[in-house]
Amino acid sequence: MLRIECPCCGLRDHDEFRYGGDASITRPGHDDPDPEAWYRYVYVRKNPPGPHREFWQHVTGCRQWLVVERDTRDHAIASVGFARKTRA
Amino acid sequence: MNSNDRRLPAGGRIDRMRPIGFSFDGRTLNGYQGDTLASALLANGITLTGRSFKYHRPRGTFSAGPEEPNALVTLGTGGRREPNLPATALELAQGMIAESQNRWPSLGFDLQSVNGLFAPFLSAGFYYKTFMGPTRRAWMFYEHFIRRAAGLGRAGTERDPDRYEVRHAFADVAIVGGGPAGLSAARAAAYAGSDVALIEQDFLLGGQLLSERSDGEAAAWLKAIETELAGLPNVTVRRRTMAFGIYDGNTLALIERNDDPVVQGAARQVFIMLRARAVIFAAGAIERPLVFSNNDRPGVMLTSAARTYFNRFAVLPGENILVATTNDGAYRAAIDLAAAGARVTIADQRSILPAGLAEEARRLNIAIRSGTQIADLRGGHAVKAAKFAGPGGNSEIACDLVCVSGGWSPTVHLTSHLGVRPVYRDDMDGFVPGGLPAGHFGAGSMMGRFSTADAIDSGHRAGIEATAFCGKSAAAPAPARLDLGEAATDAFRAIPSIVRGKAFVDFQMDVTTKDIELAHREGYESVEHLKRYTTLGMGTEQGKTSNFAALSAMAALRQETIPQTGTTTFRPPYAPVAIGALAGRSVGRHFKPIRRTPMHDWHVANGADMLEVGLWMRPYFYRVAGRDVNEAYVAEMRMVRGAAGLMDISTLGKIDVQGPDAAIFLDRVYANGFAKLPVGRARYGVMLRDDGIVFDDGTTTRLSENRFFMTTSTAKAADVLSRLEFLLDTAWPELRVAVTSVSDEWATMSVAGPKSRDVLAAAFPGLDVSNEALPHMGFIETEFAGRALRIIRLSYSGERAYEIYVGATAGEKVWRHLLEVGAAFGLRPYGVEALGALRVEKGHVAGPEIDGRTTLDDLGLGRMAAKRTGFVGDVLRRRPAFQAPNRQRLVGLECAEEGKRLRGGAILFIPGDTVAGHGRGRITSVTFSPELGRYVGLALLAADVAAEGSEVFATYPMKAETVRARIVSPVFLDPKGERLHG
Repeated sequence: MLRIECPCCGLRDHDEFRYGGDASITRPGHDDPDPEAWYRYVYVRKNPPGPHREFWQHVTGCRQWLVVERDTRDHAIASVGFARKTRA
Repeated sequence: MNSNDRRLPAGGRIDRMRPIGFSFDGRTLNGYQGDTLASALLANGITLTGRSFKYHRPRGTFSAGPEEPNALVTLGTGGRREPNLPATALELAQGMIAESQNRWPSLGFDLQSVNGLFAPFLSAGFYYKTFMGPTRRAWMFYEHFIRRAAGLGRAGTERDPDRYEVRHAFADVAIVGGGPAGLSAARAAAYAGSDVALIEQDFLLGGQLLSERSDGEAAAWLKAIETELAGLPNVTVRRRTMAFGIYDGNTLALIERNDDPVVQGAARQVFIMLRARAVIFAAGAIERPLVFSNNDRPGVMLTSAARTYFNRFAVLPGENILVATTNDGAYRAAIDLAAAGARVTIADQRSILPAGLAEEARRLNIAIRSGTQIADLRGGHAVKAAKFAGPGGNSEIACDLVCVSGGWSPTVHLTSHLGVRPVYRDDMDGFVPGGLPAGHFGAGSMMGRFSTADAIDSGHRAGIEATAFCGKSAAAPAPARLDLGEAATDAFRAIPSIVRGKAFVDFQMDVTTKDIELAHREGYESVEHLKRYTTLGMGTEQGKTSNFAALSAMAALRQETIPQTGTTTFRPPYAPVAIGALAGRSVGRHFKPIRRTPMHDWHVANGADMLEVGLWMRPYFYRVAGRDVNEAYVAEMRMVRGAAGLMDISTLGKIDVQGPDAAIFLDRVYANGFAKLPVGRARYGVMLRDDGIVFDDGTTTRLSENRFFMTTSTAKAADVLSRLEFLLDTAWPELRVAVTSVSDEWATMSVAGPKSRDVLAAAFPGLDVSNEALPHMGFIETEFAGRALRIIRLSYSGERAYEIYVGATAGEKVWRHLLEVGAAFGLRPYGVEALGALRVEKGHVAGPEIDGRTTLDDLGLGRMAAKRTGFVGDVLRRRPAFQAPNRQRLVGLECAEEGKRLRGGAILFIPGDTVAGHGRGRITSVTFSPELGRYVGLALLAADVAAEGSEVFATYPMKAETVRARIVSPVFLDPKGERLHG
């Protein structure tokens, strides 16, 4: 029943999106050799009741990965932005 | 044929000029336009409508709405057959075919009513106590018989010929309920400037106003407001539409029924997701029954229902009527029925009577007994007499209809769906919605505003408030007044009275007061446990009439108040929903999209058996090669190994990777290196997930310094692209790389076999395809008939092979061309079964081995990444657990017994093992090898028992087979790869 306001395509039904997990955790550098860092990145999640920053991709739209702030209790969406802050 | 002898000569909201023929249990009957099935049955004197769930007791129509627990019917025949529909909510339609349920051989004479005689054994928890636990085997035996004896209607088994739809709708203000409160709310919201959706389950608007006289002031008010709403362009009225749930984001789930019969061309039912900015709940209230012995006899009916049948449907449901009540509302029904000539007695549990109403009743010769309640009923298939308990002592009167009213329960279901728990209100002895969240409003009796005047007033205010919530505030003139003089609230708690036999709390699930006592005695005293232990409220109507009586009974047993006892959780759906409606058009071939390759039509026209692979249709095998798949795939394998075969591989995922950092990017996403891949060369690559497990494999070709062409497996194409985009968007935005799916742009086919180069040379005469110009893993780009053509020399089968890529629309042309010129070399097409078998022989891993649990080392590919770091999944693939000595690794297996075969999925044991549990590993892929003349397979087997040359047992419990197999190298064929090169 979610709808997400895609910054590129506008308000769209969640059927068009793919969920991509917690956006609040930082991915270790590609050459980071620390198993602990990768373990935390892959497995450790807070699962909070309340506001949650998460990745969604607009797969059947612009294909951009987005960062969505969603309240896990009632699915209210506080903000949506592009995951990619800068264009390379 | 058409007796309608209970029908009044005039009045009601039926059209006597439009008779409607229907059948019930094979009897042909007549009703009128405007009837429900239940009202038409009552008009024809049919009071026995069903048998109860467990005890098969005779039951009659109890209500006049969707809360009906008893009069459930199966409608329609063949594929249109739909069970468990309340006759009370079914609009009568010409040709309707209805059947009663849970009776055998007939409704009047039911053999299984003997269940009633064994009633002591069928109490709460009986099945579980008797058949589960230590005597579980007994349940396996008895389940069949029990399920046959207890139950409701049976669904049809034929395909439903009708069409269903799923739609989205939008409104500023959605209003659930078209009674006086909802109508008034819609009017106010519309005037104030909202786009309004008014939702009413009934085929008429009006709610309780429809139970008032059809020629009185209520009817006039209703007619006026309907006209007014019809003139407001911003109001959409949805009749015959049930709001069955509310979900996050103010999404109401609605089912609109156009069925029985289906209007030509229309969908039978439409599932509508209505998104509104504000929602007004005006769902009304449901009358409570009374609890006394044998209170389930046919002829017992809610008082409000009797009034509805009389005023709305012009049916006099009884001539000698007893009205048992705890409140003033029932007097109005008694007065209406007496005025029509029925003999009426009121038994009021209260000792202080409402003076005005009592006087009015007595003027109509209604006898009133105060402080009196029914203790027991006599009569089997129809009620005959009632026995009283009360200060007047025990006495008995004859009657043919017993109207009961234990007060009213607001319909709090919908507001509870989002987790707002109902709260108890003392002044009305009932639950109302708890604090509604922002944007939700309530009106009318569901908020405890029971009088019509109050409902209209609260609806008006809710309409204005909801519109203000949407940011609009045009003036809304006050609605016309309608005061029917009802008391605001009643709060007299009904007293149960049980003298003999069963007193039902939940009619549909056959739950009695004794079951509740038993649950309490055995410690199931929380309402949620009570519900599950006794099945209370778990029928199709979800306890709409039983909830409050059950709570009061449990509260009394626990010596608590009702708020202390609490109420169960209400969950969607409010009323049963046909799965067909939720599916809409996504059925059969439209259940999921079908993807066809550019050569699809050729395959079909040339004898291919097509196979669904994910969304794709792929050629399974070709009939020219054999009569069935087993014959054909072996022949196709021989053709590829002996001459050449052509395979449609357009389903591969294809990704164009471009940018100055493309090589760095590929170096990070593949476990093996790509930075040093020369231009014009291809390389096999394996990607890992972050957790170190193998994700997908494929080949990537370097087209130019900064441009690569990646292929993925068919199954993972979408996932790989999304993952690459994720890494570029979130992890490494500094990399200047763009990835684009080109899967659908390229038709792809593979020519494989010793004669493949000859085929190519003949097909593209101007092209140098020699081993020097196009070696193994080489790439050339050319044109064919003006279209770009790419050839990459890659092998999946182990033979010399070429992948040919051409623009999708030219795919069939190139395919035909290759077969034409290739015929001289023995080239014919082959299907995916042969393709899979060829790769097993060659020991290539695929989906069955890359199953989301295996690592590079497990698959024998560890050397690919031996000296590398810094790629996705590198760190976690080194986890100690992945290096355990009994880790299951890829091995080859050869069937060691003559005349026997290996099977995919077989469990592996070593000699001496007890054959039980998960074994030491399993066979993942199997094929008959024409080269070796026996069955071979790939398996994942514990490394500590996987020495080549030793033997294992492969057991296949589904067929009770065990076969000996020898562990060998997974590469069964040409281990040095001489066939590929040169």
